[in-house]
Amino acid sequence: MTDRDYNFAYLDEQTKKMIRRAILKGLAIPGYQVPFASREMPMPYGWGTGGVQVSAAVLTPDDTLKVIDQGADDTTNAVSIRGFFERTAGVATTTHTKDATVIQTRHRIPEAALAEGQVLVYQVPIPEPLRFLEPRETETRKMHALEEYGLMHVKLYEDIARHGHIATAYAYPVKVEGRYVMDPSPIPKFDNPKLSDCPAIQLFGAGREQRIYALPPYTRVESLDFADHPFEASKADHPCGLCGATDSYLDEVITDDAGARMFVCSDTDHCEDRQPRGHRGKDAA
Amino acid sequence: MDATTLQGGFATPPVDAAHAFRAVMEAMARPGTIHPVSGAKPPAPLSVAAGVVLLTLCDAGMPVHLAGAMDCDAVRAWIAFHTGAPLTGPADCAFALGEWDALTPLDRFPVGTSEYPDRSATLIVERPSLEPVGVRLNGPGIRETAALSLPETRAFRKNAARFPLGLDFVFTCGDRLAALPRSTTVTEPEMT
Repeated sequence: MTDRDYNFAYLDEQTKKMIRRAILKGLAIPGYQVPFASREMPMPYGWGTGGVQVSAAVLTPDDTLKVIDQGADDTTNAVSIRGFFERTAGVATTTHTKDATVIQTRHRIPEAALAEGQVLVYQVPIPEPLRFLEPRETETRKMHALEEYGLMHVKLYEDIARHGHIATAYAYPVKVEGRYVMDPSPIPKFDNPKLSDCPAIQLFGAGREQRIYALPPYTRVESLDFADHPFEASKADHPCGLCGATDSYLDEVITDDAGARMFVCSDTDHCEDRQPRGHRGKDAA
Repeated sequence: MDATTLQGGFATPPVDAAHAFRAVMEAMARPGTIHPVSGAKPPAPLSVAAGVVLLTLCDAGMPVHLAGAMDCDAVRAWIAFHTGAPLTGPADCAFALGEWDALTPLDRFPVGTSEYPDRSATLIVERPSLEPVGVRLNGPGIRETAALSLPETRAFRKNAARFPLGLDFVFTCGDRLAALPRSTTVTEPEMT
């Protein structure tokens, strides 16, 4: 039931206008981080305040919302954000990727292919891909302006020099339409290929860092790599223990003190959709 | 103050603005697509769609430039009452509103800086017609190719060539709108 003590979707209208203008500029300049006046939200920074503000600015009463946290619909962050919008916006919610019109996500892209008409909202902790290489905002801003991304390639090269391969496994940097280097949020690099040529609108919100950026549908997104060390979307080399899927991203779950473990789909909806259709893994009850 | 000034705003602003924004967002994310909008009844010569865009995006912090016939008492008063947006010249506006001939030449509007390309104007262009035919569009948001009845191609080619700097456009006609971000490249339709 909608809580009438709040404006629709919690935020006041002027704040939504400000966020909406930032989203439009973000869509017009794919991969560029648009500064916005992030608000205090009734949850701590780091719990998805950026994603929540973007979702609040995008939602209409007709939407069906899905929220995932590391692929799961049933973890604390996902359940509480879903409850937040059920209460303040009165929107319908679902766990099925196909039924959702707006999907807020923390650190995963759903396994099911997204469609036109859907909006994927990412929660982003550190939007600046160059931040750990150059702490000064004045400098990173200049680097983006000058398209000076050599430092990022040096970082990937040092990975190869030390480990023999590019060891970056998540938040793997991408280049958008051959122009801006962008942090795809801490999604596993397994998900990187799904960023490109996606039929859905992808919006990224970083609350603490006060940045919004976007990928319009069918935008070309390339993971940075080298000719002799091409990008590889890796995952654990196992089938899912519950549904037997061999093509989904897996979580490793430790099951006892003796080191026994199982691998299960990180995308709970994908896994739960497959099991009733007769797909069984070796650990299925 | 004319009574018509006070009328024509959104009946339920949070819901009307949410629907309107989704239409504008889809338009900007998928250049060339045309979307119906509703909820505003602005005074002539403003179209419904232009009124909806102003109500959805403008507030007291966003200077608006009125070009040509749009710069009349009825429109000035309506924008002032419903959005509180200050009116300004083309050089420092966030939004500009007018017909194409009144808005050109485009080099009067802010295109952002290389460090802040988002600090650029959005032009709301009133059009006599709006159809998905004519100039060919390519770029982010477009699967293969799209088409839109743009007033010309040269100005938009020049705008796209400055990427990431540049202007973004919303075209309005009656109760429908389409958009053209700076990332879209435009080419003349092929001769047949």
